[in-house]
Parts: sequence; structure tokens; C-alpha cells
Amino acid sequence: MKKLTGTLFVICSLGMVLAPSVCAESDEEAAAKGLEIAQAAQDAKEGFGNYIAKQVMVLKDRKGRESKRELRVQILELEEQGDRLLFLFDEPRDVRGTALLIHSNENQPDDQWFFLPATNRVTRLNSSGQSKSFMGSEFSYEDMNPPEVSKFTYKYLRDEPCDEFNCTVSERVPVTKGSNYSRQVVWYDDEAYRVWKIEYYDRRGDHLKTLTVNDYEQYLDEYWFAQTMVMTNHVNGKSTTLNWSDFEFQVDLDEDDFTQTSLRRTR
Amino acid sequence: MANAIFNKFTEASLTHRWWFLGGVVLVVGALSLGVPRVGITSDHFVLFSENNPQLLAFEEFEDTYVETNRVLLAVAPKEGTIYTREALAFIEHLTEEAWLVPHATRVDSLVNFDHSEAIDGDLFVAPLVEYASELSDSELLRIQDIAQNSRELVDRLVSQDGTIAAVVINFVFPDERDTAVLAVTDYLQTFVETAQEEYSGFDLYMTGDVVLQRTFYDATQADMFTLIPVVFLVIVVLTFALLRSFFATVVVTLLVMCTINVTMGLAGWLSVVLNPVTAGIPVIVMTLAIADSIHIVTSTLANMRDGMEKRAAISAAVQSNVFPVTVTSVTTALAFLTLNASDSPPFHILGNFVAFGVIMALLLSFTLLPALLAVLPLRAPTKKTQTHAPFERFSNFVISRRYWLLAGGTLIILLTISGVFRLEFTDNWTQYFDKRYKFRTDSDFIAENLTGLESWEFSLDSGQDGGVTDPEFLNQVDAFSAWLREQKEVGYVQTFADTMKRLNMNMNNDDDLFYRLPDDPTLAAQYLLLYEFSLPFGRDLTDQIDIAKSATRVTATAKTGMTADELKEVAYRAEEWLQANSPAIATETTGFTIVFAHLSERNIDSMLLATVIAMGLISVLLIILLKSLTIGFISLLPNYVPAVLTFGVWGHFVGTVGLAGSVMTAIAFGIIVDDTTHFLTKYQLARRRGESPQEAVRFTFNRVGRALWTTTIVLACGFIVFSLSGFAVTWMLGMMLTITVIFALVADFLFLPPLLLAIDRRKL
Repeated sequence: MKKLTGTLFVICSLGMVLAPSVCAESDEEAAAKGLEIAQAAQDAKEGFGNYIAKQVMVLKDRKGRESKRELRVQILELEEQGDRLLFLFDEPRDVRGTALLIHSNENQPDDQWFFLPATNRVTRLNSSGQSKSFMGSEFSYEDMNPPEVSKFTYKYLRDEPCDEFNCTVSERVPVTKGSNYSRQVVWYDDEAYRVWKIEYYDRRGDHLKTLTVNDYEQYLDEYWFAQTMVMTNHVNGKSTTLNWSDFEFQVDLDEDDFTQTSLRRTR
Repeated sequence: MANAIFNKFTEASLTHRWWFLGGVVLVVGALSLGVPRVGITSDHFVLFSENNPQLLAFEEFEDTYVETNRVLLAVAPKEGTIYTREALAFIEHLTEEAWLVPHATRVDSLVNFDHSEAIDGDLFVAPLVEYASELSDSELLRIQDIAQNSRELVDRLVSQDGTIAAVVINFVFPDERDTAVLAVTDYLQTFVETAQEEYSGFDLYMTGDVVLQRTFYDATQADMFTLIPVVFLVIVVLTFALLRSFFATVVVTLLVMCTINVTMGLAGWLSVVLNPVTAGIPVIVMTLAIADSIHIVTSTLANMRDGMEKRAAISAAVQSNVFPVTVTSVTTALAFLTLNASDSPPFHILGNFVAFGVIMALLLSFTLLPALLAVLPLRAPTKKTQTHAPFERFSNFVISRRYWLLAGGTLIILLTISGVFRLEFTDNWTQYFDKRYKFRTDSDFIAENLTGLESWEFSLDSGQDGGVTDPEFLNQVDAFSAWLREQKEVGYVQTFADTMKRLNMNMNNDDDLFYRLPDDPTLAAQYLLLYEFSLPFGRDLTDQIDIAKSATRVTATAKTGMTADELKEVAYRAEEWLQANSPAIATETTGFTIVFAHLSERNIDSMLLATVIAMGLISVLLIILLKSLTIGFISLLPNYVPAVLTFGVWGHFVGTVGLAGSVMTAIAFGIIVDDTTHFLTKYQLARRRGESPQEAVRFTFNRVGRALWTTTIVLACGFIVFSLSGFAVTWMLGMMLTITVIFALVADFLFLPPLLLAIDRRKL
């Protein structure tokens, strides 16, 4: 069935050129199917409650020189509002204890607070845009914390095998301004809607970066989390690898652990 | 023995002329097929050898930070400052749209400058200008106040008087650089035109190394397509004027065309890519190739005029010319081969292909030329145009006034040579092209009104990962930056120390007292982490700090109008200051500017020895040919003096010389040695027959005076065409060679004979 839709799509893409009216419906079908997959993937990720994990970030330049950071991550899902995220730095030593708190918001820029142990103060950081680099890595802020499903329009492209799975490939185009990307192409497997690869195209439409995701582990018998994410920038030759480990789910965390006051207490 | 074989060969070429013609046409045709395969490059780094130490250092620097491929767009409102809604909206538009230029990776302007400030203890980081067209008057004033007081903006992205702003676009190119440069500059051309149509109240100027590369490409193409036809026309006209025969002109022209096709064809088959330097190959080869054939055709016509039957006339002309033409071709080729010693690879290509072309011209002169002469309906001019009378009078003059000429000549030589000490060797990339190129006029405008285009780069290394935030290191960086700012040659200085000071101030409620470096290393490190989080896409710190955060870069922009020596002097001074004050972080100056500043010097060093060796070899060759040590030594003077004189004249009237100067002597020597060879061979011939030096000088003038005069005119006319080029290296080389061949003729006519008369007391 899926194969058939793919073929139909190709035929219709051709048809669009020849007789636009004939295939208009199928174009809508592709959009609907893309949205459907994205929503399914989103749903599959939700409901874990909270978790803590360790993250090792390795930056590599085009000459292969490396630089490493280590941090702990705490994430809390909330029903009505956006998620709460807390990043705690362990390495390098001079930034140990630095913490970043993010309250993600659905329809306005996220709130961000920094705690710098050297000043013993919490500073609110107001800097516009989701397009920022995440700590000088090849991940941007929006790559780390992808916006809601509704912030994109979708188009199902094709099915193709990826490793031992069958993947659906679809394209998403940001609805609002402010993104670095003109479009993204996402590979989901059709077993559990896990992301295996994302290609990012810049505002010119050139292929800028590719994210490859690997080593998925299942937690709570339901949720799949990847241990390895590699973002490669094809233009500057740099890459960033994120290695996740020590996941712990449904730990004792609530909203009070994600406030400005709690930020001071984190160590 | 060799002569006999050659005679047989010549006879065969005349008897089987159709076979010869067919064979030559086949070989020439096959090689010519390579001509369309000759490419053109825009890569200005072809001027540097792979192991050029300054280039290697610069490449390492680029690897540590970021590739420097830049385009600077300057926006100048026709009236008023840039702090109006219209002007800021225009700059905002350009900044936004610049992202769409192919391969652009970063765009900087005052509009997207990350302005940070503290408000109620919160840190606000935002582009300095947002929604420019909706700004209120007070917001405009606030922006002006911030921008004109920012160390990080003035002299870099805004001019001191606030009337010009810059949009700087950085690029990372894929491996196919040439294509990328063309794509980027083509795009920008349309981009600028469209922008100027939409916003008519502004002037736009464009510079940067990417535009330089495009100009490099354009200049190569322009030189290929304008110089070649001009030199071709010059050759046809000159040949006709000198030979006064239609078919003789056809023969010479055909020969030159064949030579050039074979040479460029081989270049194509060997996948040679042309640049402004190697674009000179066809013109030089054409100029040199014509001399051989003119000698042979002149002799043929003279023989026919003297009543010889055509075939015998050709045969005799070839016989009498084979020795001198071979010798002069070989010495010329030898001189061009010495260009292989240059540090600049394009000169290797130039030398090798011109040498090849000269030898091809020689071979064709003894194969194609006699056969062509034989098949074409050649007629000798009936009127006797050639007369020895002018040279008879001239030799009388030279002989009677020899002491005056010797004294006067020596005086003039000494006076002129003094100019050599006034010469300054410099290669300045902003001045490589003349004002016919928009790149030059735009660069000049930007350099005068906005920001210097030359800069010194320093990579200061703390020696440990994360060391850039170490207060001791930062203080040294800051002290060095402050020292740089005190130098009168330095304009704008970009340093990470300023960023850190600004952050410290922002984190302390924008209190001016805190515009200083933090004392606590962990505090500085945490500021940096915070700052990294606040930066938007494409504006990260990788162009300032290396990946391990162990090293940072300090960039100092030079004020406009400095020579290579002055640029190097500041670099040395900076290095000395670092050695004396911060030995732990001492480093060498690098950057595009420094790489170019050393270009001439390196080339002169590498060419000097090679030129001396070539001169030595050719002099020894002359001594052997002339079978006299004295005459051989005397020959050195007219061979060496013209080039020195040219440098003297250049020093007096122009002052600066670059790459062209480093190769001029070697090229000129190979060409002017021909005159001396012709002159001294005939002189020796007469002396050996027992004539006195005076009689020998007279005989020589009568025999070769006209030929030398003719070839000098041809060479001077050929080389002067080079001065039409808009590329400094090419036109300087052309002018210098023209002056040198004229000096060489003057020296051979007015200085060499008195010298021979004064020194040659031999009884033979």
C-alpha cells in the first residue's frame, strides 16, 4: 500500500506538470500523509513524564581537531504548557556548575535563564530567535528542541529502506519566518516513527547539514531514545556528536525543580 | 658534416615541399586541437608556490579559524548619513538578501551586529537594528549613538563620519573554486544592479578577495582577447612595412600563427590553466617568433633581388641564417627556462611555454618556411630599397666621436643607475589592476572612505585548552591590542579582549567601570559560555577562537596606501613587541596582506641566482662562439647594462615594481643577447680577416645595422602592446622589456663600438 502511494506520488508529480487539476487532490494527499506521520512521530515521543540523562558533546573541525563538553540534562513534560529543560555543565572544569534553564513556549520565544556559579547570580537571557547555535556546536537551538508539529507544512515524498527498517521520507517547510532552513527532509521508520536522518536545507535551498541518529534504546517499554546523534555541516566541514547515556525515567522531578530559584540550588 | 646534412634537409624540404607542407600541417593541426582545452583560472593563489612559507602559515591560520573569502559591499547614501530609516532599511535589506548569495556562510553589518546590554539585571542580546523602516527618531539617535561609539563597528562596518556602512559577506567555497567564484560574482553583479534600481538614493561599492579573484579571471580573458589581436595586427603591419611584399607578409604571418597554435595547443593538451601572468605566453611567443622568419625572408628577397633564381635564393637564405638564428633562439629559450627558478609557479609555465614556442618557431623556420616560400608566387621588389648609406654615415659618426660617446655614455649610465636605489619592490593586491576595472575604483573608494583593505593577522595561543579565558592570557592579548592601536599605521583592531570587556560590563548592569577584563578565570569562561548561547546562526565565535578555545585571533587593519615594505615593517615591529613583552604568546604575523607583501622579495631571491647562472652560461657560450675572452667579457656590458638602466629609469620615474621586476632581467637578457651576438660575430669575422677595429666596426654596422634596427622595432612594438593590459604585472613587464630592448640597441650602436675601439688592441 505504501509503495503504491509512493508510485502514485511520482506519477502525480509528473502529472502536475502536464495537467495540474488532475493531481491536485493527490498533492493534498501527500501533505496530509506527511502531517499524519509527523503527528504520529510526535505522539510516539510524548508521555514519558520526565527523565534525566548525561550528554557528551564532541565538536570536531574540518581538520579533525576535537573539543569535548559534558553535561547533564533534565527534562520535564507538561500537559498544558511547553516542556521544561535544564542543562547542567560538568566539563570543561571552568564552567562546571553553570546551568541553563529553558521554558519552551508554544507561541512566543522560549524563556532562558542562566546561572553562573562565578557570579552566584541568575541572569535572564533575552536573545531573539530559534536560529542560534547550541553552544557553538553544529546543532542550532531549533535542532535541539524542534518546534511544534503545527509550525510546519508537510509533504510525504517516498518510502525507502533504511538499515533493517523501512522508512518514510517526508519534507517539512517552516510556516513562520526566523528559521535557518528553507526545508528539512526527515526519515522516520514505520515501526515506531523514530527519526533516523534529517537533511537540512539552508535559505538558498542548498544542502547545509545532515543529522544521523543511531543506537536507539527503548525505555519504559515504550519510548525510544537515541544514544548517538551526529550533525555534519557540509559547508564548513565541521561536525558535532552528541552521546547520550545514563537515562533515568520517572524520577522525582516537578515544576519546582525548573524555576529561577531552583536554578541556584542545582549543582 | 652537420652542414652537409642540413643542406640535404633543406634541399629535400624544397623538392618535396608539398609533402613537407602536408606533414607540418598535420602536426600543427593535431597540436592546435588542444587550444580550446586551455582554461582560465580565478585563483589568485596560483601566484604562490606550494611550499611558500607565508602561504603555509596563512593556510594553517585559516584552518584554525575560518577561510577568508570575503566580499565587502559599501553603502553610501547620496545625501546625509546612514542613520535614516531609508538607509538603515536598505542596509537591512542587503544584510537579509546577502544570505541568498551562493556559498555565503556569514553576513555582518551594523544591522545584525549583536548588541548586548543589561536591563534590570537581564542580559539582552539583539541585532542592533530591527524593522528599520518603522524606527522612531529617538531610536535612530540611539542606534547612531551606539554604532558610532562602538570599537567593534567604527572603521570596520561604519565609517567614522557615519556616511558609509558596510555589509561584509563571508564564503566557504567548495573544491570547484573557479566555478564558485564566477557564480558568486555573477550573482552579486545582478544583486547590486537590482538593489541600486530599487533604492536609487544610494551608491554601492564592492571589494574583497572574491572580487579580486573575479577580476583576475576577467583580466586574463581581456588580455587574451585584446592583446593577441593587437599584437597580431602590429606584426602584420610591421612585416609588410619591413618586407614590402604581400606574399612574404603572408608567409611570416602564417608561420607566427602556426607557432602560436602549436604552443597554445600543447598547453591545452597539458591542461594548462591560464592566469594573468601566463596570458602573456601567446604575445611573447608571437613577438619572438617573428624575428627568425623575418631574417630568412629578408635574405631570400635580397638574394632574389641580386638575381638568384627563387629556389636557390631560398636555399642560400636558409644556409646563411641557420647558425645565427639557431644560436639566438637557443639563448632566448635558455633565458626563459631560468624562470623555472621563480617562486611563482605561473612564471614556470610562462618560461617553459615561451621556450617551447621559440624552439617551435626555429623548427618551423627551417621546415614550413622554405616550403611555403617555394609554393607561394614570391616576387622580389624591383626597386632597391636597401641601402647601406645611412649606416656608413652612422659608423663614421660613432668612430669619430668615440671618446665623447664613451664618456657621455658612462655618465648617463651612472646617473640612471642611481635610480635603482630609489626602487621599491611591492606587490599590492589592491593595486594589481588599473582603473578600467571597477574593482580598482571601488576598492580605492572603500579604502579611502571606510576601512583599510590590508590587515595583519595574529593567532595568539595560550598553550592550553580553554586558555583563552585565562585572565593572564587575556591581559596580554589586551595589552598587545592596545599597543597595535597606538601604531600610526593601524586603523581598526579586532580583538576578543574587547568582547570580554563588553560582556563584563553587561553583566554588571552596563557600568562603565566594569569595561575591563574579569580577574577570575572561571568567571571569564562562564561569560564566554553564556555569550556563545546568545549568538545567532552563522555568527558564532569560530572566526575568533579556535575549537579547543586555546587560541584567539587579533586582526589589525592597515591604514590606506602602504607599501609592502611598510606593511612588513609593522609586522616585524609587532613580532618584536610580542617577543619583548609577551614571549609566551609570541607569534608571527600572517594574513593575505603579509603573504602578498613577501611575494616580490621571495621571487627576487629565487630569481637572482638563476639569472646570474643564466647570464654566466650565456656569456661562456658567447666566449666559446666568439673564440675570444676579451670580446666575451666586453659583451657582458651591453648585455647587462640595459636591464640595469631600465631599473634605473623605473626607479626615477615610477618608483615601485613588483613581480614583473623579478623576472624582467632574465627575460630581457635572453632577448638582447641576440643583438650583441649578431654584432660581435660580424666584428670578430672582420677582425679575423685582418681588419682594424675601426674597419671592423664599419663592416659590422653595414652588415647587421639594419637587421638589429628591424628586430628591435619588432620587439619593442610587440612588448609595448603589453602596456595595454590592465594587470600591473603584465603592463610593467611589457614597459620594462620595451625600454630594455631600446636601451640594448642604443648600447650596441653607441656604447659597444667605442668600447671595442678603446679596449680591443689585439693584433690578429
